[in-house]
Amino acid sequence: MITFDKVSKTFPDGTLAVENLDFELPTGKITVFVGPSGCGKTTSLRMINRMIEPTGGRILIDGKDVMSQDAALLRRSIGYVIQHAGLFPHRTVIENVMTVPNLIGTDKKKSRATAMELLLRVGLTESMANKYPVQLSGGQEQRVGVARALAADPPVMLMDEPFSAVDPIVRAGLQTEFLRLQGELGKTIAFVTHDIDEAIKLGDKVAVFREGGHLAQYASPQELLENPANDFVADFVGRDRGFRSLSFDSSGVLVLDSVDSVRSGSEILVLDDAGRPLGWAGPGIADERSPLSVAGTFTAADSLRVVTDLAISSPVGIAVRVNDSGVADGIIRHPSLVRQLDERRRQRAGTAS
Amino acid sequence: MDYLEYLLDPEHWDLAVTGNIPSLVVDHLYYTVITLVIASLIAIPVGLYIGHTGRFSFVAINAGNAGRSLPTLGLIILLVTVIGFGLLPVIIALVILAIPPILTSTYAGLRAINPASVDAAKGMGMRPIQILFRVEIPMALPLILSGLRSATLQVVSTATVASYVGLGGLGRLLVDGLALNQYDRVIAGAVVVAALAIVLDLIASSVQRLVVSPGVSGRALTRTSNKAPSSSVGPATATAG
Repeated sequence: MITFDKVSKTFPDGTLAVENLDFELPTGKITVFVGPSGCGKTTSLRMINRMIEPTGGRILIDGKDVMSQDAALLRRSIGYVIQHAGLFPHRTVIENVMTVPNLIGTDKKKSRATAMELLLRVGLTESMANKYPVQLSGGQEQRVGVARALAADPPVMLMDEPFSAVDPIVRAGLQTEFLRLQGELGKTIAFVTHDIDEAIKLGDKVAVFREGGHLAQYASPQELLENPANDFVADFVGRDRGFRSLSFDSSGVLVLDSVDSVRSGSEILVLDDAGRPLGWAGPGIADERSPLSVAGTFTAADSLRVVTDLAISSPVGIAVRVNDSGVADGIIRHPSLVRQLDERRRQRAGTAS
Repeated sequence: MDYLEYLLDPEHWDLAVTGNIPSLVVDHLYYTVITLVIASLIAIPVGLYIGHTGRFSFVAINAGNAGRSLPTLGLIILLVTVIGFGLLPVIIALVILAIPPILTSTYAGLRAINPASVDAAKGMGMRPIQILFRVEIPMALPLILSGLRSATLQVVSTATVASYVGLGGLGRLLVDGLALNQYDRVIAGAVVVAALAIVLDLIASSVQRLVVSPGVSGRALTRTSNKAPSSSVGPATATAG
């Protein structure tokens, strides 16, 4: 657990970067610091490993004040990943990964084996080990950066906008793999981003910072979307927060109509012999032999957001659910979905008050 | 008159004869090496300090310009009048000549380092001295060495002035040749100085290949493009630039 105990930071020029910051980062979880630029989120992150030193208050890692420890030794015990990876260009990939083990004095053979394992773990191949950073793409560099931070198996990781310098597609892939990796490792992670979508996707907890280094809200992503503490948070989270909050609820709660209800009539779901949906047909829609594409189905494991999106984008306003073998086992019409979402909202309002 | 007569005369290469060319080369190298060692011992630490801290950077920037405009011969004569004849005034003048290129390029090399790498080094728990020797110097090495190489060339060619104040070295051929109107002797001096400069630069470039990581010299990139594109490395390399 990382504790911010009334932490303040005033820079020598008088700028107040962080004021009276008071919150806790839970062990084994990802806590995302998010906010506009100049809000003190990076300063707060960098105070954890003393890259910046607080001018007031204390930061404790598992109850131990970071200022009471030798700065270099403290940093070796904390993983550190930064925006442009900051790899050492004169060292090979494997040498980069072995940086902290070498500083600690781990046996070379052992740290080499660990480093090799980590490369595979972050999605690189053994053939990359002896390449130099100039030979890597931006996404590969970030993977090496993550492997390097993990090399000495630190319980705490600090990540400062690690994925913001790569293109959106690579970023989405890195985020997904990062979550998978965290599922295996369970590190205590502090993660800085200016991208609210990234914060909501990755965070177990999200700390929204506002100008002057104040904490505007500290909550789970879902709570942030559904109950923003104030206008600043509501505005920062964005306009489609209602829609995005649907990602946190399973579609399992929905009452569906049977597939038989769309086997005849004005909208017909065309199935193959096994019962898998092929497309939509019907008078004024399409011929049964060349039906309109279903363009996606959902399973009981998908979120309400997926179902809503499917219902909106379907040519007939109907989302189709399939079971694990792809056989259609239920449908939901747009009006029915809206009614059920409305009921969900009422229930929530009821439990909240 | 044969312009190359002096150069090609075997007698002038005979080690038993006083003033033979090989012994002049040895003298010349001696001045050059002493100068470069002293200049490096001064300029590299100062350049590292200025580049690392960013303080007094005007010194590094102005040193380059001042160095170019300083007349070494005038300086030697001034020093000789102050200190007297001998090796010392010559070495001082040559060191003053050699410091600016080394200092300026060491400073520039350190300033050109990607700050993210230094931030990462610090954030992973390297101590300042480890950052300097394990990260900053290896990354700045191509520029530091190129400064050393240009200093070497300048010192080799300028060390001829040592002869004006009675010392040896290849300058003897120039000074004596001019005094005696023996132009083939002057040409011999010029040719050997030029050859020596080229040989030293070739040696320096081989040393540079040995000590500079392929990751910062750019060789890592050319190396892969020569290889058959194995796995996904080809396109990755193309986007890395």
